[in-house]
Amino acid sequence: MTVTVERGARAVGRQPHTGPRRPRTSYALFLLPGVLTFLVVVVVPFLMNTGVSFTEWSGVGSPKWSGLANYRELMDDGEFWASFRHSLFMVVAMAVVPTVVGLVLAAALFDYIGKHFGTKTAAVLRACFYLPQVLPIAVAGIVWSWILAPDNGALNALLKAIGLGSWQQDWLGDPDIALYSVMGVMVWVQIGFPLVVFMAGLQRVDPQLYEAAELDGAGWWRRFWHITLPQIRPEISVVLTWCTIAALKVFGAVYVLTKGGPGGATDVPSYFSFTTFFEKTQVGYGAAISTVLTVIILLLSLVGLRLQTRAEDAEEGVRA
Amino acid sequence: MTTALRRYPVLVALCLAALFMVLPFLIVAVNAFKSPAEYSQHGPLSLPGGFYVDGLKDFWQRVDYSQKLLNSVLISGCVAVLAAVLSILNAYAIGIGRIKGRTWVLAFFVLANVLPQEALVYPLYYLSKQVGLYDTRLSVIIVFTVIQSAFGTYLLSSVLGQFPREIIEAARIDGANRWQVLWRIVVPVSRPTIGVLLVFFFIWTWNEFLLPLVMLISNDNQTVSVALGVLQGQRLMDATMTNAAALLGVLPALVFFLVFQRTLTRGIAVGAVK
Repeated sequence: MTVTVERGARAVGRQPHTGPRRPRTSYALFLLPGVLTFLVVVVVPFLMNTGVSFTEWSGVGSPKWSGLANYRELMDDGEFWASFRHSLFMVVAMAVVPTVVGLVLAAALFDYIGKHFGTKTAAVLRACFYLPQVLPIAVAGIVWSWILAPDNGALNALLKAIGLGSWQQDWLGDPDIALYSVMGVMVWVQIGFPLVVFMAGLQRVDPQLYEAAELDGAGWWRRFWHITLPQIRPEISVVLTWCTIAALKVFGAVYVLTKGGPGGATDVPSYFSFTTFFEKTQVGYGAAISTVLTVIILLLSLVGLRLQTRAEDAEEGVRA
Repeated sequence: MTTALRRYPVLVALCLAALFMVLPFLIVAVNAFKSPAEYSQHGPLSLPGGFYVDGLKDFWQRVDYSQKLLNSVLISGCVAVLAAVLSILNAYAIGIGRIKGRTWVLAFFVLANVLPQEALVYPLYYLSKQVGLYDTRLSVIIVFTVIQSAFGTYLLSSVLGQFPREIIEAARIDGANRWQVLWRIVVPVSRPTIGVLLVFFFIWTWNEFLLPLVMLISNDNQTVSVALGVLQGQRLMDATMTNAAALLGVLPALVFFLVFQRTLTRGIAVGAVK
């Protein structure tokens, strides 16, 4: 829709090109402050970090060139592999589960609540789910570490009150459970984002598709599977990409909830590189960890962008 | 109809799920007003017997919370405005100026957007020490202005790419130069999108953790997020203090949420599909 308007406007705009030309400031000049600050704050530090990853350096004195030694060491480092394995768990908690649950919640809110109880009710419920997203992660961490505290935390108190005292756990202190507790908190934090995006996406689906399917006798689940899912595929790929990247970057939650512990049970790459930089002051090694993380994230974003454009192309093909 | 029968169970299920989402906030609110004695006697689930605010006052003074709030407002406010200005300038050149190589420039900004801060944090720490900006609020303002403007450039460029060209041509014929066209026409017309950006930049910067944690070490410069995160990390707080910290951390976020709810939900949808 907007595309046709834009094309028309551009065609009109091209015509009056005959008058005398005044000297104009080039548009490229407007890009100058943005590009310069970008070089200083992002590009140069990034290149420095990559460079340092090939050296041995403690942060003082001059770095000593060591070639690929840091990367070779990483390959044999159990802590490094464990941190990336935990990242996969974070991807499940922050991308897979929120996307699936968010889809069902969004469809239910849109179909049942929005249509039969008014959009106001749907908006209030949506707001409840979205609330944790605006909370600073440090604060969410404080709230949850207190709820999950072993001695007088609210969760254990609740379990005891309803007669499930034997289910009480040291949620963040038990190496076998801590990772799952952190995952649970991350689901809570993350769920609002896919929900809001999917609800917005559902609004542009043609209601006639649903009416036709309903006339053909398709139930809710079939309509969800055959109409809703294909129609909001662009949103799904965007959400999956963004959430996966966010999951790989998780830092604040781990810092506040567990500090990577107990015994490294919840260590993730960003926290691992942070402690390597600032506590062990092995700057070269820390840089190598963060470089590996960066490469993985950049590859994922390229795949995500491809998926997104392909989904949009497919959608346009359907509409044409 | 079968759907009519199923409507209410779905409503109830969704309400229960929503309740679960806000339950942690409720529990924090209830417990922040209990005295330590009351807490240790009745545990976290009882309703407070009185209205005990000494814990909150105590915490406020101990961490000098006014200063932390001021720092957060100052840093987030400056970043929001400066990053919006930078995004507008970039997007003007890319979206309306259609400069050569704009696809590459844009791709560059998009990739920068996903770059993990871990890959920048040590050099930024090192460089800021070299130029004497370490442990200053200015350093955090500069860094986040640039980082946030990457997203702003990406979003605004696609919005400005669809800007009606007739308006610009008309202004041009009336003798306006490019600078005037930008501030008198493009910016006022794009106000809704710029508003969304301002809100997002403010809240994102408010919530940032890693870089402020590294850059701001002295008490006088720390933001709310960093101060609370560090306190929690030290494991020195008792239950009442933790609750005070949680409540005081939740409140500003709650205020932003209530004030900006519509902008936020609309903005996310725009940002995701663009």
